Amino acid sequence: MPILETQGLTYTYSVGSPFEKTAVDHVDLRIDEGEMVGVMGHTGSGKSTLIQHFNGLLKPTSGKVLLEGKDIWEDKDKIRDVRFKVGLVFQYPEYQIFEETVYKDIAFGPKNMGLDEAEIKRRVMETAEDIGLKEELLDRSPFELSGGQKRRVAIAGVMAMEPKVLILDEPTAGLDPAGRDKILDHIKAYHRRTKNTILIVSHSMEDIAGFADKILVMNKAKLFCYDETKKVFGRSEEISQIGLDVPQITRVFDRLKGRGLDFGKEVYTVGYARDLLLKQLSEREGQ
Amino acid sequence: MSNIIEIKDLHFSYKGDEETPDVEVLKGIDLNIEQGEFVAVLGHNGSGKSTLAKHINAILLPTSGKVLVDGIDTADEQRLFDLRQRAGMVFQNPDNQIVSSVVEEDVAFALENLGVPYEEMRRRVDESLKAVNMYDYRLHSPSQLSGGQKQRIAIAGVIAMEPKCIILDEPTAMLDPQGRREVMATIKRMNKEKGITIVLITHYMDEAAQCRRVVVMDKGRVVMDDSPKAVFSRVEEVKSIGLDVPQVTELAWELRKAGCDIPGDILTEEECADAIERLFRS
Repeated sequence: MPILETQGLTYTYSVGSPFEKTAVDHVDLRIDEGEMVGVMGHTGSGKSTLIQHFNGLLKPTSGKVLLEGKDIWEDKDKIRDVRFKVGLVFQYPEYQIFEETVYKDIAFGPKNMGLDEAEIKRRVMETAEDIGLKEELLDRSPFELSGGQKRRVAIAGVMAMEPKVLILDEPTAGLDPAGRDKILDHIKAYHRRTKNTILIVSHSMEDIAGFADKILVMNKAKLFCYDETKKVFGRSEEISQIGLDVPQITRVFDRLKGRGLDFGKEVYTVGYARDLLLKQLSEREGQ
Repeated sequence: MSNIIEIKDLHFSYKGDEETPDVEVLKGIDLNIEQGEFVAVLGHNGSGKSTLAKHINAILLPTSGKVLVDGIDTADEQRLFDLRQRAGMVFQNPDNQIVSSVVEEDVAFALENLGVPYEEMRRRVDESLKAVNMYDYRLHSPSQLSGGQKQRIAIAGVIAMEPKCIILDEPTAMLDPQGRREVMATIKRMNKEKGITIVLITHYMDEAAQCRRVVVMDKGRVVMDDSPKAVFSRVEEVKSIGLDVPQVTELAWELRKAGCDIPGDILTEEECADAIERLFRS
């Protein structure tokens, strides 16, 4: 069942001014419950405008956004509920931290939802564990923490609302490789526990290859494709043409294909490449 | 070749107060960079690489030790302008370093401060904008440019000062793949055509792989200083300090571990494809 659906979604900025620009153009999309989706598209492709529609931060110029089958703008007074159900983590979310302690900062969202203390506590503790914040950090001021830790606090704050759909806009921007892997691993842990739908915007195809079941690609305000990861990376030439990258390892196998060495599979992670090559090598020896 | 940057036993501590002790971030760095070199500095967050970069154009001064740029001691306040003209810096966030509402005025900003005569200024601004392929945008507002374009404007502003050396602190961290490619191509061209020394601080291993020399920092010290091939072939060591190697290097290393006959210092897609082809055609 689709959790999130768009029908002919169109959004035009500054209608009637010389700067009028259609940032999202007739997008039809169905995202199923529980999926882990990578969102790609270069700057100005419309991906940020698109995701801001999913929790009603922007209202479509035309078309619809449906959450659990219901038009989110049907009843304007209920838009607050939509924001509890679809959590959005912006880029560099650590700049939005403001509470005195880590605990309070994570508890801020659940508190606003009107939950009781016991439930708030459960959620803070569980998300803190998912995101890898040790219990002793919860009483500390978030401003004493490292950049990577602060970012995890900010992400936990949205996770603690247990939104049906969690959207993260470049959660790894500016982090070093170890920090990148850590945040993505923690998001995966949260996904395993809650089974909620997650969308992650990323420029790093290597990262996306490591977590996404499906990939959504925006190009020039239109939906370029929404499909399984291996199918999307199978179209590496088209992906490159629209200014995006495929993982380096995929490019190597494309090259080999060009030389007549076709392994017949889409390769987009190092682990898979290794297993595939070793298997084929041992089969050759067996012959 | 002469050294444009000489760093001798550099120590730096952020000062604490009564309650918090000093934090030593740089613990004795010795590093020489020759005129015209293209060097990448790698290290995880907190390794001290940005602190090191800020010493090269005297944003920070050593707690002890010395930093010389083109022979000028960075601690010599009298020569601060000279120094910053020779060593320009480009930062991570393009929005934090653009000051004017017109592209060409932004590029001219530093020249105006230096009191460069108008004709000369005009020439340098035009040349710099052409060098970064942004001349057609000279009358645009920076706010309408993409991140990659803004970074190229920032680079043009530095080039207009005719520096001998540019230090770039994660200039592509906030850019998309297209923007990253534009900025990397620009930096490489500046190095090749103008002979400007480049010190590139980055988290992207593929960018470091394009440099001629890679300096790896960990816990305030230089732990590796070699060609990209030599550095990345030490896969386990690189990973153990929180860094990555390019995917092709990692694949080759994994295959070697499994007993395949494949070189350990693969760095490009071409080399990787060659090696795999050899395995299967032999």
